[in-house]
Amino acid sequence: MNLDIWMRENPLTYVWIGSYAVALLIFVVEIAMVKHKRKITLQQVRMMRNAGDEDKDEGIA
Amino acid sequence: MAINWFKYAAPTTFYGLAGKLVPWFAISAAILFAIGLYIGFAVAPTDAQQGEFYRIMFIHVPASILSMFLYLVMAGYAALGLIFNTRLSAMMASAIAPTGALFAFISLWSGALWGKPMWGAWWLWDARLTSELILFFLYLGFIALHASIDDPRRADRAAALLAIVGSVNVPIIYFSVKWWNTLHQGSTIKFSGTSMHISMQHALFTMLAACWLYSIAVVLARVRSIILERERNTTWINELPEVRS
Repeated sequence: MNLDIWMRENPLTYVWIGSYAVALLIFVVEIAMVKHKRKITLQQVRMMRNAGDEDKDEGIA
Repeated sequence: MAINWFKYAAPTTFYGLAGKLVPWFAISAAILFAIGLYIGFAVAPTDAQQGEFYRIMFIHVPASILSMFLYLVMAGYAALGLIFNTRLSAMMASAIAPTGALFAFISLWSGALWGKPMWGAWWLWDARLTSELILFFLYLGFIALHASIDDPRRADRAAALLAIVGSVNVPIIYFSVKWWNTLHQGSTIKFSGTSMHISMQHALFTMLAACWLYSIAVVLARVRSIILERERNTTWINELPEVRS
């Protein structure tokens, strides 16, 4: 079916799927990326901290 | 008793404050989104001219407003970082950019979906649409420029210049409907009032508040990761419970 015809016959579905669902998807992806960034940053900081502790134990640092 | 107005201007203290604030803003945003969507779809009446298509407004207008507002805030933080050489200001500017870019994208996308049934075209080189597209490119340019320079402080300064210069685009977007003969409708909400139905106003302002609170929550969460990354060699970071565990 032509999109124009479908759009005019189903305006609310068009609005929901086209705008709100896309916006919600963007928000969910953004939140997931923020959480992921925090997770990998914490991993990196812990690795650096542990490496520093090992150097101290070996008497290097 | 002397008040230290700049107590939270340091990453050390701001990190903890941001962590405490994120859940409050996030939950408030979720509640307001639910209320705004309910009012927008169940309470607000059908528009006489646009039918049901006008309901795109409840995400399009807040996204547009936030994209411009966040850019000004980002440029403000960038300017503070450039002038006072404060680390946290530059970190905040970097934290705001992705969220602002996403709101600009939502504005352009939802605007295209609104434009198709109203104007018969997904896109037109209208003044407001074009200037909003430029704003989106400015956000991307800020992020790309910052990422392209290895030294974070040099990256902050270079990106800050771009943000400050690009801020001239925001009043162009705002006044474009007045300065040029545009297809995009003029301001419905003015300081002198509005002709919008009251329930539409409620839905619009609720969704605007929801988007605002959401962006604060996300920016605060992002800046915490940026602080962790940039301050990773400091003692206070290594003593954090989430790092020690």
